[in-house]
Amino acid sequence: MALLGTLSLWVAFLVGLWGAITGFVGGAQGRADLQQSARHATFALFAALLVAVISLEIGIFRHDFSLEYVAAYTSRNLPTFYLWSALYAGQKGSLLFWASVLSFFAMLVQVMTSGRHRVYLPYVAAVTCTVATFFITVMLFAANPFQRMPFVPMDGSGMNPQLQNPGMVFHPPMLYLGYISITIPFAFAISALLTKRLDSDWLVAIRKWTLVSWLFLSIGLLIGMWWAYVELGWGGYWAWDPVENAALLPWLVMTAFLHSVMIQEKRGMLKKWNLALILGAWLLSIFGTFLTRSGVIASVHSFTESPVGYFFAWFLLLAAAASIALYVTRLPLLEAEATLESMVSREASFLFNNLLFIGIAFSVLWGTLFPILSEAFKGTKVTVGPPFFNQVNVPLGLGLLALTGIGPLIAWRRASIPNLKRQFAVPLTSGVFVLLILLVAGIRDVGALMAVSIGGFVLATVIQEFARGARARHRQYGEPTVLALFQLLARNRRRYGGYIVHVAIVLLFVAFAGMSFKTETEATLRPGESAELMGRDGHLYTFTHLGISQYNTLNRYVTAALIEVKRDGKPIGRVRTEKRQHVDALGNKTFEPSTAVGIMSGLRVDLYIVLAGLVNGTEQAVFRFTINPLVWWVWFGGFVLVIGGLIVLWPGGGPPPGTGPRQPRSQAGYAVKLEAVR
Amino acid sequence: MDALSRRAFLAAAVAGAGAAIQDTVRGGRVYDPDRAGRAQAPITAADNDAHIQAIEKKLRCTCGCGLDIYTCRTTDFSCTYSPALHKEVLRLAGQGQTAQQVIDAFVAQYGQAALMAPPRRGFNLLGYYLPRALIVIAGAVLVFLLYRWTRESQTPAPASAPPLDATPEELERLRQELAKLDG
Repeated sequence: MALLGTLSLWVAFLVGLWGAITGFVGGAQGRADLQQSARHATFALFAALLVAVISLEIGIFRHDFSLEYVAAYTSRNLPTFYLWSALYAGQKGSLLFWASVLSFFAMLVQVMTSGRHRVYLPYVAAVTCTVATFFITVMLFAANPFQRMPFVPMDGSGMNPQLQNPGMVFHPPMLYLGYISITIPFAFAISALLTKRLDSDWLVAIRKWTLVSWLFLSIGLLIGMWWAYVELGWGGYWAWDPVENAALLPWLVMTAFLHSVMIQEKRGMLKKWNLALILGAWLLSIFGTFLTRSGVIASVHSFTESPVGYFFAWFLLLAAAASIALYVTRLPLLEAEATLESMVSREASFLFNNLLFIGIAFSVLWGTLFPILSEAFKGTKVTVGPPFFNQVNVPLGLGLLALTGIGPLIAWRRASIPNLKRQFAVPLTSGVFVLLILLVAGIRDVGALMAVSIGGFVLATVIQEFARGARARHRQYGEPTVLALFQLLARNRRRYGGYIVHVAIVLLFVAFAGMSFKTETEATLRPGESAELMGRDGHLYTFTHLGISQYNTLNRYVTAALIEVKRDGKPIGRVRTEKRQHVDALGNKTFEPSTAVGIMSGLRVDLYIVLAGLVNGTEQAVFRFTINPLVWWVWFGGFVLVIGGLIVLWPGGGPPPGTGPRQPRSQAGYAVKLEAVR
Repeated sequence: MDALSRRAFLAAAVAGAGAAIQDTVRGGRVYDPDRAGRAQAPITAADNDAHIQAIEKKLRCTCGCGLDIYTCRTTDFSCTYSPALHKEVLRLAGQGQTAQQVIDAFVAQYGQAALMAPPRRGFNLLGYYLPRALIVIAGAVLVFLLYRWTRESQTPAPASAPPLDATPEELERLRQELAKLDG
């Protein structure tokens, strides 16, 4: 398998190189034969990398410990479920996974792109092959997943216990899919620049790809948050870790793009800006990969330091230089087709929305890199942790949340005063009403007050939009309310799916604000003893230690503590928290004991229990009890976000196929009726 | 079951009973303490002291985890650094030092990297204020550009501009279509 794998990597390398050359030359010279060859190269590239992936998977499932990668990340007793994820558990395997998925997308875009946009495809093939070839180069010369061991060990080292979690099976591929699929819009952008076809046509070709990328990044980030919460045991889901930040950066830029692209589609404006956002999102995805893999910044998520960092640094520099140079030479061709008519217009609100998105992205990037800059320029090592990021980003995030509500209320082109009054009356009243309720309830945390009251404002805008739309359809077509709501969503998925995403953002912000009210305590308990903790939900929680049990299961020795939980004296359930000592098939301990958190999740609070350890080897144990408010709503908000994203992405429901960008369409879903009302 | 295995079974049962008795005597000793990770010291009132926790949340653990001392000592139970740093915080606070004095003592010993966020002075000011300054500048530039663009759009067309190639009916239809977009 090692031979076949290495051979297929070399074939993929040569094919990728060929695809890149024929794509660029074929595109430049307009030679159909070379263009066709580049197209076929993407198919061959995928086939070769698929063989490599299958070779590695066979090695993993056969426990072929002659392969260094298999020996380093698996063991004979590793559960089958995690054998699948071993493909991307380590640096080398994840590079192979990355290149393979990219080659799949490269092939898919060649197959799926419709006739009108095929003119971009030779360069798209060239760019995707170039990027894939870079990843294959890194594997062949610095991180070969098929590298052999000098001897064959009896068993492998096993997988890090923190990766043996369902969240880690799905988090990396989702995030990778998001990262990797950005390459397709980037390739179209480069193609548009090279072909000088810089109208809004190329944006139509990438519309679905940008949404796919954004959706995968969103899912990846959410699963990563869930994994951090249930696995790492510190009681939170976001720590502004450099690698978390690296994943957030392209998401922020892609979200900015998804908003600003509407201005180009509707008004032919912001061409330069939209191109810059796509180029920036891709460069940030490579930058994130560099951060994760170079070891330049310490992180709980990163792979160990390795020479691949140099490859990524050079690739990033070259790609950035080439992209920016190409972009600058085409600037004269990117003039807007229209001008802004009013400061009070949806276009203007989207521009401020973009300002905040990019502002947050910059401050996250700046905070992530500041320790390196400080050491380089001042020789002083500093730490930039959550306090820094929260100080800078919370106000910006709240501003962004407010714009989430303001944007949809302002008309395109120019909003009149009566229009503004009519649009803002209910949402603003709702926001103020929510604020008053919170103040009466005794809440004084400024951040939480603002997040929840602005959330109330945004939620009211969305409800108002749905209600007006449904009412208009009811009047015009006589549809019952439920059917009218459904039709509204089905007929204009992009707009109303987007509103559902806005609802998800509100849920997420409110849930984030809830963490300001978490309470926690540590306690040492003998069996039968209890600890009490008052939650901010007004209930007294009692945690009674029932006892410790030890047993063997799968690939680990377990020490479990059982805790009975009472709320205001009434039993509400039992929670188990564990210490896990992982072992290999020979019974040898493989890692330091890990902690499995016990969580009792509810709509109002999560009870989060961690077994710290035992006192003198007895059943007397040390626990940390945390009451985390509103965490359930983070996951529910994430679910709603994905549903909203899928609605936007679902085929149909938009303009008829073949129509250009800026074709008139019933964007509001009820515009016809509004005119009839007038 | 042959005689040998019966004897072995009985021996194991007796040993098990003995272990149970021993457990009772020792107050519930677990089967294999090594499987439960590093032994923990009982929690004291100082460990739960909000004042101590607030100090520790501002100080970084030196184990390389990137977490603050409080989070590390209550999360990474294999870390040997955070319990020692916690004891150091307790010792300094026990001497009557204020929170700031404890933090200053850590900075004196470990450098600025001991802080979870760099102090607001010198080069670090760039860290804090550059993003904000750039956002404010970008916002001002955006407002200026918006102002200029909207003024340009309001400037009447020059007299030499060609007349619109549309009938009044078509212009009315256009007006209505644009009004739809405004909705």
